[in-house]
Amino acid sequence: MIELENVGYSYGGGELLSEVSVRLMPGSFHFLTGPSGAGKTTLMKLCYGALLPTHGTVKVFDADMRRLDRDQTALMRRRIGVVHQDCKFLDHLPVADNIALPLTVSGRDKRAESENLAELMRWVGLAGRADALPPELSGGERQRAALARAVIMSPDVVLADEPTGNVDWEMSQRLLHLLVELNKMGKTVLIASHDLALIRAAKSQVQARVLRISNRRLQLAGSDL
Amino acid sequence: MSNGRIRSLLLGDAQADRVVPPSGFTAHLTLFASAAMAFLAVFALALSLAAGRLADRWSDELARSATLRISAPADQKAAQTNAALAVLEQTPGIASARALSDEEQAALLAPWFGADLPLDSLPVPQLIEVIEDDEGYDAEGLRLRLAAEVPGAVLDDHTRWRRPLVEAANSLRRLGVFSILLIGGATAAMITLAANAALAANAQVILVLRLVGARDSYIAQAFVRRFTIRALLGAAAGVAFGMAGVLLLPEASDAGGFLTGLGFQGAGWFAPLLIPILGALVAFAATWFAARRRLEEIS
Repeated sequence: MIELENVGYSYGGGELLSEVSVRLMPGSFHFLTGPSGAGKTTLMKLCYGALLPTHGTVKVFDADMRRLDRDQTALMRRRIGVVHQDCKFLDHLPVADNIALPLTVSGRDKRAESENLAELMRWVGLAGRADALPPELSGGERQRAALARAVIMSPDVVLADEPTGNVDWEMSQRLLHLLVELNKMGKTVLIASHDLALIRAAKSQVQARVLRISNRRLQLAGSDL
Repeated sequence: MSNGRIRSLLLGDAQADRVVPPSGFTAHLTLFASAAMAFLAVFALALSLAAGRLADRWSDELARSATLRISAPADQKAAQTNAALAVLEQTPGIASARALSDEEQAALLAPWFGADLPLDSLPVPQLIEVIEDDEGYDAEGLRLRLAAEVPGAVLDDHTRWRRPLVEAANSLRRLGVFSILLIGGATAAMITLAANAALAANAQVILVLRLVGARDSYIAQAFVRRFTIRALLGAAAGVAFGMAGVLLLPEASDAGGFLTGLGFQGAGWFAPLLIPILGALVAFAATWFAARRRLEEIS
């Protein structure tokens, strides 16, 4: 589904990632961990084509990211739901419109999908916040709205970059539960997080592999987690 | 662009229109620039059309007539006039020729010498008005024949002073057209600047749209549609003011000469209505290229 082979990424003369190889199989659940600045976000961006590797190959749905033009990259992104740490909303649009944005840009009629949208908002606990503007939401509500937007197109893969970074423990458990539910629906999930307590909590709910970035390289985390 | 894309661009998409936030100064700048440029374009068009009419009229009126001047001693003037009329009658391409009466010649000289001019006491040449037919005549051939048969006759086919007048009018017409092209170019430049400013101000919006799988054409369309509609509305307002201004210009009259003929005539009044459409097309092209270039830069 997503395959990185001997990937390296350099920026500003420094090497951020080196010889990274990993394969995310369909329906798998992965955590990506490591200290701040280790390159977790960079690796996530490589997975959805926001960055291209300096070395090596990134294949998404069997397509080499280097060979995709911008239109093909856009189509590929419709199959990947991304949750950012800072969420990235259009602040002038209500929450419901932000969540429906992937439908809008792909030309699907939002009105025809209104039932699904309402159900999705209930699922993430934002049923009463449809008309609120993003700046009016709390940190947890923003993260849940971002998760709803990430999954509205029923993507094959969900990438979440520090989804619990700005929320309390209770909310992080709720978000984790939603991501585990998605995985049980057959979605491939990759969560970048430095929160080891969250990772331990997740391992009791789902069979997850934990990948750690250390010294620019990716390795499978051992039993220390 | 495919037909579907053009249709969606023209008809709009209520959901897509909302993804770009309502912008402030770029909207006002586009509206104002389009209105101002359309206002100027109306006057440039009026100038061009009026100059064109003038060139055509001068060219047409002067091209179909000529003057034969008989300068001869008083006792030979009548004989030479008759001889000249006979030659003109036999010349192919001349529809009619007639000698001006003393009263007509006095009327021609009246602006300079007054109404009571004693023509008999002045060595005034006899003038013959020559009107050519559609075929036209051979001026050089006629001159040679007149030189042989009527030594005192001088043919003036008006070419000498008609050409600079017509050239001047045509230059004015070209100037008007050039001004319209310059106005179009300046409009394109201003809208490109405004579009670039809007694109730069909405970098975060573009980032989010790309993140959720928006194609470049979708993002570009959201901006293009806005700028095209603004340019259309601005230009329509500018044309309305411009046409009102032209309406207030004095009516064309002989006394006023060229300056009073600067308005539109007949179907010419419909010509300014094309300006908003052309303005919208210029805005469409300028924003489309600006957006595509900008999106390539930030890929």
